[in-house]
Amino acid sequence: MALLDRDRIFTNVYGYQPWNLPAAQARGDWDNTKALLERGRDAIIQEMKDSGLRGRGGAGFPTGMKWSFMPKESKDGRPSFLVINADESEPGSCKDREIIRHDPHKLIEGALVAGFAMGARAAYIYIRGEYIREAETLFAAVAEAYEAGLIGRNASGSGYDFDVFVHRGAGAYICGEETAMIESLEGKKGQPRLKPPFPAGAGLYGCPTTVNNVESIAVAPTILRRGATWFSSFGRDNNKGTKLFQISGHVERPCVVEEEMSIPFRELIERHCGGIRGGWDNLLAVIPGGSSVPLVPAADILDAPMDFDGLRAVGSGLGTAAVIVMDKSTDIVRAIARLSYFYKHESCGQCTPCREGTGWMWRVMERLRTGDAAVEEIDMLQQVTKQVEGHTICALGDAAAWPIQGLIKHFRPEIERRIHEKGALREAAE
Amino acid sequence: MADRHPEPDSPELRARWGQFDWTGDNAAKAKEIVARYPAGRQRSAVMPLLDLAQRQVGAEENTQGWLPIPVIEFVARYLDMPVIRVLEVATFYTMYNIAPIGRFHVQVCGTTPCMLRGSDDILAACKAKGLKKGHTTPDGLFSLTEVECMGNCASAPMVQINDDNYEDLTADSITHILDELAAGRQPKTGTQWPGRHTVEPVGAPTSLIAMVSENHDYRGEW
Repeated sequence: MALLDRDRIFTNVYGYQPWNLPAAQARGDWDNTKALLERGRDAIIQEMKDSGLRGRGGAGFPTGMKWSFMPKESKDGRPSFLVINADESEPGSCKDREIIRHDPHKLIEGALVAGFAMGARAAYIYIRGEYIREAETLFAAVAEAYEAGLIGRNASGSGYDFDVFVHRGAGAYICGEETAMIESLEGKKGQPRLKPPFPAGAGLYGCPTTVNNVESIAVAPTILRRGATWFSSFGRDNNKGTKLFQISGHVERPCVVEEEMSIPFRELIERHCGGIRGGWDNLLAVIPGGSSVPLVPAADILDAPMDFDGLRAVGSGLGTAAVIVMDKSTDIVRAIARLSYFYKHESCGQCTPCREGTGWMWRVMERLRTGDAAVEEIDMLQQVTKQVEGHTICALGDAAAWPIQGLIKHFRPEIERRIHEKGALREAAE
Repeated sequence: MADRHPEPDSPELRARWGQFDWTGDNAAKAKEIVARYPAGRQRSAVMPLLDLAQRQVGAEENTQGWLPIPVIEFVARYLDMPVIRVLEVATFYTMYNIAPIGRFHVQVCGTTPCMLRGSDDILAACKAKGLKKGHTTPDGLFSLTEVECMGNCASAPMVQINDDNYEDLTADSITHILDELAAGRQPKTGTQWPGRHTVEPVGAPTSLIAMVSENHDYRGEW
């Protein structure tokens, strides 16, 4: 069954209508937010837990549970903060941008609701630097909300004081990692911190902090209005709700679309993207969750449910639901080698296995792409990815390793073919 | 890590930028920016202030703007920070230009989603117009950089030029855009695909059709 328009949360995702406050209110945002807050912190968190919402930033941690980790009250006078991760930089991901430029009030209302539920003093929305026009919209929307008394002192007439600030990044993928984001907010290089202490204990300015993805926050007011039962009526167990899917690459009509979780891959593409370029027989492989997850060959993905568990079952992951589709015209080794270059470029340089490993892996990938390598080097590369994976402070090392592991697992014959072909050429030349 | 090297300090640079100070407007903006952060945490403002300074330099020399060492020192004094702490921020984040740059900074996304949709053609079209990666054209008009994913993957391939995105590009449309900019005109921003609004499926919207013509309120159907 298809998701109906009335059950879509982001009704202005394509920006056909204005983003501004009056238009957003006409669509139902900021509708008696005071009453939502009057339910109380525990009730809000319980509703979020019951809804089954899992974080939309990639890791899929249950959002309600994350909020409940924040201290109930400050024993030592430290304030708490909510940090909203709008540093959308994962190749393939382009959903937060649409929320921010077309439905920013959903995010700002969500910030108030979430901030209230966790007892935060203020929210900082960390938006990636390259989203210049989007940040302009967000600054303007926040100003509108202040002007209307929806946030700030006595926010929405609730008696709760809550500020929302926007902080622009400046072009560093790593700042999407929560502790790197906190470092960056404090005015430093965005290099991840060791955990523990976890941000809920000591985060921004050493104060309790929760970092949430834009989409996780922006869906919260609608979940509270329509109830946990409504939200959890979509998707399979453990994979509830609706989700913004971002389909790029070799489909007839790439798009961003909100759909039910667990929708099978083929149905998602048929319904919204007009099928694969050149027909289904032309599908080679899919990266279903943004560049950090391993690719899945065509045969395995066709009927896979697009959710956390369904994609784990085919050796990959939902990530941010950024679906990168590749048809048979794709130079698959180059496609992954380009991702290796991305991780080399974006490594923050803090941990040696990642700083050196990403460059090393990229250089070998480039040689595999052209076939200028020995067959044994495929295994050596595989071993090096295993030495990077799990040996760094943050997950960027893992993210650099997984696409390569996926490539070797599924396309080893193609890599070997290139090496043999090049070798034969060289022999002929001699 | 990205290989980046700041423009070396020189007497000429000092002579040109040693007296850098906020313009009236930017002085007020800088104050407002610092006030976003808790008292005593003004260091948090270093990123927005570097951006502001870069834009002011750009406005003065009619380029995208960059950060000469004396300007970085000015920001450090303004925030009462050691210069090295500001310099390391400026070199870490790739949006701070730490060497001179042209009037239009053409940033072609070359990461896999754009690559699959033809970013090679876009780079080739730029090359045909005389742009070269990592260089500024002799007339100072265009600087070309291949950048990493810009988050416009559903409308790839894309280019960001200064503050605007141009999406769903072809070799022809990027050539047209560069021509328009060179002629001093502002081309249409956003998607270049005829008939496409933003990131909906081209041609036939598959959802939220009521929203196309009116600001539909779906609450009555809940």
